[in-house]
Amino acid sequence: MLRLIGQRLGLGLLTLVAASVLIFAGTEVLPGDLASAILQNTATPESLAELRQELGLNRPAAVRYFDWASHAVVGEFGRSLASHREVVVEIAPRLRNTLFLASYAAIVAVPLAVGLGLMAAIWQGGVYDRAVNFATLLTISVPEYLVGYILIKYFSVRLGWFPSLANVTPDTPLLSRIWLTFLPMLTLVLVVIAHMMRMTRASVLQIMSSPYIEMAFLKGLPKWRVVIRHAFPNAVAPIISVVALDLAYLIVGVVVVEVVFVYPGLGQLMVDAVSKHDVPVVQACGLIFAAAFILLNMAADVLAILSNPRLRHPR
Amino acid sequence: MSELEFWRDQHAAGRISRREFLARAGALGAGAAMGTAMVASVEAQAADMPRKGGTLRLGLAGGSTTDSLDPGSYTDSVMIDAGHAFFNALVEWGEDGKPHPSLAESWEVKPGATEWILNIRKGVTFSNGKTLDADDIVYSLNMHRGKTKSGAAGPFKAVADVKKLAPSQVQVALTGGDADFPYVLTDYHVLIVPNGHTDWTKPVGTGGYVLETFEPGVRITGKRNPNYWKSNRAHVDAFDITVINDSSARLNALMTGQIDAMNRVDAKFVALVKKNPKLEIVRASGGWHAVISMMHDRPPFDNHELRLALKYGIDRERVIKALFSGYATPGNDHPIPRTDPYWNSELPQIKYDPDKAKFHLRKSGLTSPPLVLQCSDAAFSGAVDMAQLFQESAAKAGIRIDLKKEPADGFWDNVWLKGAFVTSYWAGRAAATQMLAVAYAPDAPWNESHYKSEKFAKLLAEARAETDEAKRKPMIWEMQSLLYHDGATIVPVFRDWLDAHNKNVGGHTPHGGFDMNNGWIVEQAWLKA
Repeated sequence: MLRLIGQRLGLGLLTLVAASVLIFAGTEVLPGDLASAILQNTATPESLAELRQELGLNRPAAVRYFDWASHAVVGEFGRSLASHREVVVEIAPRLRNTLFLASYAAIVAVPLAVGLGLMAAIWQGGVYDRAVNFATLLTISVPEYLVGYILIKYFSVRLGWFPSLANVTPDTPLLSRIWLTFLPMLTLVLVVIAHMMRMTRASVLQIMSSPYIEMAFLKGLPKWRVVIRHAFPNAVAPIISVVALDLAYLIVGVVVVEVVFVYPGLGQLMVDAVSKHDVPVVQACGLIFAAAFILLNMAADVLAILSNPRLRHPR
Repeated sequence: MSELEFWRDQHAAGRISRREFLARAGALGAGAAMGTAMVASVEAQAADMPRKGGTLRLGLAGGSTTDSLDPGSYTDSVMIDAGHAFFNALVEWGEDGKPHPSLAESWEVKPGATEWILNIRKGVTFSNGKTLDADDIVYSLNMHRGKTKSGAAGPFKAVADVKKLAPSQVQVALTGGDADFPYVLTDYHVLIVPNGHTDWTKPVGTGGYVLETFEPGVRITGKRNPNYWKSNRAHVDAFDITVINDSSARLNALMTGQIDAMNRVDAKFVALVKKNPKLEIVRASGGWHAVISMMHDRPPFDNHELRLALKYGIDRERVIKALFSGYATPGNDHPIPRTDPYWNSELPQIKYDPDKAKFHLRKSGLTSPPLVLQCSDAAFSGAVDMAQLFQESAAKAGIRIDLKKEPADGFWDNVWLKGAFVTSYWAGRAAATQMLAVAYAPDAPWNESHYKSEKFAKLLAEARAETDEAKRKPMIWEMQSLLYHDGATIVPVFRDWLDAHNKNVGGHTPHGGFDMNNGWIVEQAWLKA
């Protein structure tokens, strides 16, 4: 068990290094550089040269990469090339916001999706099953910004219940934070719920065709009890891996939602940084995103192992 | 504006009293009844009088996580509006298009317009308690000279020397005469900071507000400077700028009352805003113009007839309708907007005319010139659509234009100033001579069309050195006419600035220079009760 987890961790680190090289290479092949991105058409050759010198852009790419990597290992991500602020200072509040919104959405979406999925499995083929399938497919098929705008139109413009701007600050108290980010949370929930709900339903139904389930029915147990006590625990592994993927999406893939609700998250920061070729920030964001993906997938693997007695107690 | 109207407005703005106004009106020969009627109209507008207090909440496009408070680094609305709350300029560009004194109380020019003496306002203090003096001015102006990354480095190349003459007098020497030099001082980068200041995380200025919080690309807030030297400005107690780059999100925030005012209303949404009884559009036609530049010295664009064919081959009205929903005016292939006092009103407007375009193409002797227009939305949002409209309308005249969509990334670096046929834009300048100099002078580094006319250069130098308005006008008109007839730049449209606010906001007025009162919104606006 421990060896398995150690192995996964090592592989994860390797993936992380590979990801950092890829991200760096990606920002290198883009045309133009930070200096011209900052100055736009107010640039003179002199001011460009001055800015490049100041930013250290005239050193070779490999030198800059290793310089950065050796510092990153000890937790120094350097300063943003554009704003001169510590990358950590720049990222920390954004990362907190991103994690807050992701957890908020996950806390609502995961129980809801699993519950809906279980009910769909219990009433398989019924009106409820079809309705919930249709509704969730609809919300996943509509682009998330449109979902966002529709929610804004009804809940914010018409009814005025929730604000359309989720402009939280580091000192926003928790309750008003929950209220401010309600609509972005709801948007994300609507986007991810279908995936998890359908996986729950499908994997429970697959287990339902096993002989031991038939046995449970023959004992005279009610259907809900069979589904929840006997089928669900054995169906949990694939659900966990889907949940992990969706959680990773909630952390790394929400830039569109951030833009629509003007939420100061990590995605927007990374987009800005990429367009300005601000490599330290891009690298740090990229590393965080890669780490989130790797960690969540690893957690899913470990949880899947724990949920399976045959893997938990290998012979 | 008649003098009487001027005094009425002064009275309306609270600059002179009712008694003073009636005295002035009497002196001007206005009957007592007329004067009193005007007073009544002013008093009816009293609801529009500036009111103190409240927090002005702005939702602005044009902010990024890479923003800095260093005035030399400003490129867009968010930092410009915030910077103008913290700092003052030497000279302000008024709504009337004229330079108005600010930290420079007055200025004198020596004949030839190469030497300028600036008299610095006395008794002004910075937010750190230091008193403003000539050293601060010298330091602040020198930030844009020599080895600098300032956005004002271009116009400041003409500054040969900045010297302190007395504790509140500064002399600026220019390399060539420039009667419009005060306009250079209205550049939004040229803000005054204390001598030796370098820590831009802690701005120190003489402005109406002091910084409270700054999260680049997210929000900037400030509170009123209680010792502000301008008595008729800085009405609100605090301001709160939220960066909202998405235009729908900005409008949503305004409609739901989360912000009081916003910039850059998408032209498509103007009708929607007008339907809302709580909201109001602030529209200003100004100097911002789209550009399709050809290189005057590069074949096939060195062919005068081909250039004319292309100028007649673009359907300006359609571009205005399709891209700007009508909130723009057609350009006449020179960069001076109608709002400029030096706009040449005698040049006929170039209109889309496929027959003329065909005629000039035939006359050019070129059968199928290779025309590849390099376009990108990096130039301005909509540039690619404009290029497509151009392609369509030119095709109807038998001119084939191929479009090459360039990546937004690196556009200013790799395409602009390098390609022979590209889309671009200019934000406009306060003075006509500045705009003509920055993009059309033979030695200008940003002369994108490689327009090198000796006659133009001579006229420009003369016009700049000429302080007599009557003599300058024909020169500036002549330059516009040169560009109109022979230039290699197509200026299809001048775009309007479209801001919007909740009707509880006063003092948010149109300015041709830039959105949000040309950047002075924070100290000029107020909140009605």
